[in-house]
Amino acid sequence: MNTSAVTRLVAGRELKVKLRDKTFVFSTLFFLLFAVGATALPAIFGGGPSSVAVADESLAPKLREAGLKVRVVADPERLVRDGDVDAAVVAGPQVLALTDAPGDVVRALSTEPEVRLLDPDAVEPVVGFLVAFVFAMVFFFTSLTFGLQIAQSITEEKQTRMVEILVAAVPVRALLAGKVLAGGILALAQVALIALVTIVGAQLTDGGSDLLPVLAPALVWFVPFFVFGFVMLAALWAAVGALVNRQEDIGGASTPVQLVVMLPFFAVIFLRDNALVMTIMSYVPFSSPTAMPVRLFDGDAAGWEPFVSLAVLAISAAVTLAAGARLYEGSLLRTNGRTSWASAWRDREMQRL
Amino acid sequence: MDRPHSVIFMTTVLHLEAVSRRFGERQVLQDVTFDVVAGRMTGFVGANGAGKTTTMRIILGVLAADAGMVTWQGTPLTRAVRRGFGYMPEERGLYPKMTVRDQLIYLSRLHGLGPGTAKRNAEALIERLSLGERAGDPLENLSLGNQQRAQIAAALVHEPEVLVLDEPFSGLDPLAVDTVVAVLRERTARGVPVLFSSHQLDVVERLCDDLVIIADGQIRAAGPRQHLRESYAQPRYTLHVDGDAGWLRDELGVSLVDLDGPRAVFDLAGDVDDQTILRNALSRGPVRSFGPVTPSLAEIFREVTR
Repeated sequence: MNTSAVTRLVAGRELKVKLRDKTFVFSTLFFLLFAVGATALPAIFGGGPSSVAVADESLAPKLREAGLKVRVVADPERLVRDGDVDAAVVAGPQVLALTDAPGDVVRALSTEPEVRLLDPDAVEPVVGFLVAFVFAMVFFFTSLTFGLQIAQSITEEKQTRMVEILVAAVPVRALLAGKVLAGGILALAQVALIALVTIVGAQLTDGGSDLLPVLAPALVWFVPFFVFGFVMLAALWAAVGALVNRQEDIGGASTPVQLVVMLPFFAVIFLRDNALVMTIMSYVPFSSPTAMPVRLFDGDAAGWEPFVSLAVLAISAAVTLAAGARLYEGSLLRTNGRTSWASAWRDREMQRL
Repeated sequence: MDRPHSVIFMTTVLHLEAVSRRFGERQVLQDVTFDVVAGRMTGFVGANGAGKTTTMRIILGVLAADAGMVTWQGTPLTRAVRRGFGYMPEERGLYPKMTVRDQLIYLSRLHGLGPGTAKRNAEALIERLSLGERAGDPLENLSLGNQQRAQIAAALVHEPEVLVLDEPFSGLDPLAVDTVVAVLRERTARGVPVLFSSHQLDVVERLCDDLVIIADGQIRAAGPRQHLRESYAQPRYTLHVDGDAGWLRDELGVSLVDLDGPRAVFDLAGDVDDQTILRNALSRGPVRSFGPVTPSLAEIFREVTR
């Protein structure tokens, strides 16, 4: 039996265990519900034109024309105070509302000047922020949760000594490859499922129909960046899992890995407006999976840039995977307490077998 | 040393040749050489830390040897050959949350069996080791004794051609020991060599055909159990007569070890024929029993590891 057959068997077991794990199933369902809620609910409940009360009947046609619900009453202010209508228009004309200025009422009463956009493709700042935030969140959360699961699965095999039976039977690298593969499949599948539900939800409620074409190129690039970025981090998580002997120790040992996940996450969100920093981050392997798609979405990156950045990331992932495999091999059979990164790196026992 | 199976020696023997291993400054194994012969149960005995587990790990390729080598059927071991071995590590472990049936199937698949064979083997072993009712339960829900049976099933499920079992009987009640022994005997009957370690000398004494004794990383004795018993036997005899056996005190070449009225235990000088003593005893009256004393495994063990 060759290494790839073993890899498939190992990955198959990991998938089976995970898909039967209630925590995993429920968290996926929760994310899906959240995605549905975030896209569909505001459109269903939050939308609709404002209702407006007027005393002067002559104002009504203009407001009705703008699609507002108009009520003609003697004391419009009282209706606003009672919350029966969103706004009232009184003599002046003056618009009354409780807390927020009702934009649609104001627009109906004003004459808008003509607007000529000099950069018509530029993204609305709010949308730009949201897209960056979503990319960063997706990469941050999936690499953290699924990376942690890879580490836990490896530690479990060490903790239960299952690893000795496994090492005697199959190549160690096939074990590692199977776990990273299964983690990657689950991560990608979960993200794809959530993305699908979000997009369908947005389409149905007509909320994202104009956003999707703008988002598409960035989304298409996000997938390969996500895959290589995930593999790179998974290799580090695997090393962490092999260094410790008990599940409780994963937290402490994984601090460096958590940092390289968390720092790019916050950097991309908070330094999004700094073009120089974003350009640099879009080439640094740990932040490029988020930073490059964001720059593409913002229209700031030249056509060749994602290719170069992806190549840098792919090479980094390969190097990290090799290093992670060495650390994994060097610590997998050490069951006396926690192994340091340095001694795992130096341990060449497996190479002598 | 006699090799009772010299005919098949080259083809069906797991052979360790001058295997050495050190951990840092500590020499854990020193020129370890012995055979595990096909179709025989070989007991591996030694004090804690003597090197049993290290030896087994080297056979299974979980640890490397600094020097020496292990061969099976005359060729050095490779990963592919070892995949055909069955191994039960000293520290037990299977997946706690996976069902017994699922892990047996998974393990036999990892050892290269097809899905159909893997399933059939798993079911057969579950039946044979009386795990039927619990086969669909996660391992962690089983009693310790049943977990131990599952562990043994895990070592056997891929029909290994060599079995290496580290303390397979520890934690088993006497009934379970009998079940496991019967299962292992089925394997040896098919020509599988079985190497098992144990610190329970009485269990080893009852079960093993061959014996390997290790102390401080060195093999102190190895060979067929009966052969070892004879070669480590003192020229010691017991005599049970009807009268008083005190006359033995005056026999030439006899040194009494123990005398209790009609019963005596004594050693004989090398040039004295035991039959002379028997004839003398018969001439004094009825003899109820007379014979050489074979040492117990515990005595041999104490003798060679001293």
